[in-house]
Amino acid sequence: MNRRRTIVAGLLFAGIAAGCLAAPRLAPYAADAIDLAHLKEAPSAAHWLGTDDLGRDVFSRMLFGGRISILIGLVAALLGTAVGAIVGAAAGFSGRGIDNALMRLTDVAYAIPSLPLLIVLSAYFNAAAASMVLIIAGLSWMATARVVRAEVLTVKEMPFLEAARCLGATNVRMIARHLLPHAAGSLIVGATLGVGNAIMVESSLSFLGLGVQPPTPTWGNMLMDAQATMASKPWLTIFPGAAILIVILTVNFLGDGLRTALDRGPGDRKHG
Amino acid sequence: MNGYLRRRLIQMVPLFFGVSIVIFGVIQAAPGGPEGSLLAAGKFVDPAVIESYRRRLGVDQPVYIQYANWLGATVRGDLGTSFSTSRPVGALIAERLPATLELMGVAFVFAALVALPLGLVSSRKPGGLFDSIGTGTSFLGLAMPVFWFGLILQLVFSVRLGWLPVAGTGTIGASSFADHLKHLILPGFVLSTRYIAGWSRYFRSTLLGLAAAPFVRTARAKGITEARIERVHTVRNGLIPVISIMALNLADLFSGAVITETVFAWPGIGRLFVQAMFARDYPLLMGILLMGAATVILFNLVADLLYGLLDPRIRYE
Repeated sequence: MNRRRTIVAGLLFAGIAAGCLAAPRLAPYAADAIDLAHLKEAPSAAHWLGTDDLGRDVFSRMLFGGRISILIGLVAALLGTAVGAIVGAAAGFSGRGIDNALMRLTDVAYAIPSLPLLIVLSAYFNAAAASMVLIIAGLSWMATARVVRAEVLTVKEMPFLEAARCLGATNVRMIARHLLPHAAGSLIVGATLGVGNAIMVESSLSFLGLGVQPPTPTWGNMLMDAQATMASKPWLTIFPGAAILIVILTVNFLGDGLRTALDRGPGDRKHG
Repeated sequence: MNGYLRRRLIQMVPLFFGVSIVIFGVIQAAPGGPEGSLLAAGKFVDPAVIESYRRRLGVDQPVYIQYANWLGATVRGDLGTSFSTSRPVGALIAERLPATLELMGVAFVFAALVALPLGLVSSRKPGGLFDSIGTGTSFLGLAMPVFWFGLILQLVFSVRLGWLPVAGTGTIGASSFADHLKHLILPGFVLSTRYIAGWSRYFRSTLLGLAAAPFVRTARAKGITEARIERVHTVRNGLIPVISIMALNLADLFSGAVITETVFAWPGIGRLFVQAMFARDYPLLMGILLMGAATVILFNLVADLLYGLLDPRIRYE
């Protein structure tokens, strides 16, 4: 049941992501093709999800917008996880001094409310997609760092690491080849759930008008545009939001399924 | 316990120090500096306010002196003067705080009232119909973009059905207590969804873990009824971690309120923050960020202390 759900969610997400990445080939119209003869039309055979206030095709814009939203989500999650893994491994592996410093840094990063801080930072950077990735990743590595540190601490004193050290393995090699693989399960799960989180953050910022700027479409800024005509043109509000919901939902199901499949912690011995 | 409390309080000092450095740095990093970007944008700001800001920071001084000046004033309770309104930041925050606390309070209580019974009933028959529906709904709740959920509810309940007001805190000219409550329903519900989803799942899995614990098996072997096991043994133990999670989340309800307040034009801190952002009102932004961080640090401590208070087996040394 759980397994089937995970597979379905994974396939669905892969399908949506592939569809969005192939937007230039798949989309029936260009993302910014203005059609003054077909303003604000309800969904029809010609425009599957209707048109917006400039006559642009909503379905096409959603494909192009999804490309940006999903790419930002994937890259930001990967980057955030990588930073978290490095910080966590360094903290767990080094002695008390570095460990303490890195963990206090993590505490500080945790203490500042992240959405307000993201709002300030994104206003600085003209909200290009690349800077969105950096900002989101820069504020989403802390959970991974804590988990990886904990895992490194439990494995650090095991005999096989002592053996590796006796054989002359360098610190970097011990971390990369012997310690991080132990945390692979948590890293994969964390990165997967991070994708959903990053997409949520990106769309929230875009919705506030601080994310990627129009005319480049993202699901978030399409919603911001739609807000004014929500009552008369509900399809402009419903579809982009539903896309965000479905993508985050599939990613979360995928992450949850992977957690169950990869968990080797106590209470889950049957897999071990 | 007292020694532990003292140590935790002392630990909070460097943490707050670090947070203040980051916030100061972020605002200093504003393109062109805080006041430079104002001038570049051609915004009108009372020259007296800019002058007081310069004097407070001493902008001709090195950065670390500026930081020390700012921190000194902040610790003494002077958060500076807002660029956009020429009023003290502290007063602006104090003005907006009640609205946010009201919204958060309603969302928090509602979420707890729904999530705990939901988690309890789900845990009675894991994998059963109720539990499956609960799990599905929780996933939906956690994946739901807050702003979109708010818009959809406005669309259905305000625009289409006309049952509830779209936004604001009261109907102009016809405000009453009942009218105010009606305005609270949608934003309160939207703000509570994530927490209903999260807490109910957390409570459920805690209860399931406890149901497999040896002391519960013993109780069952002694012939104690399931109802009594639940009431005396599992629920009481299960509440402890949930309450601690709730205390932690109380701090980040503030983050969630930013979006909810914007969608529903709720005149609280979150909306003030977004307005300050668009006005490039840096003293106000710094004040709100600092207050938010202080809340998080405080509630982390509260969560830890609650844990020890509720569970006599945990003794802090």
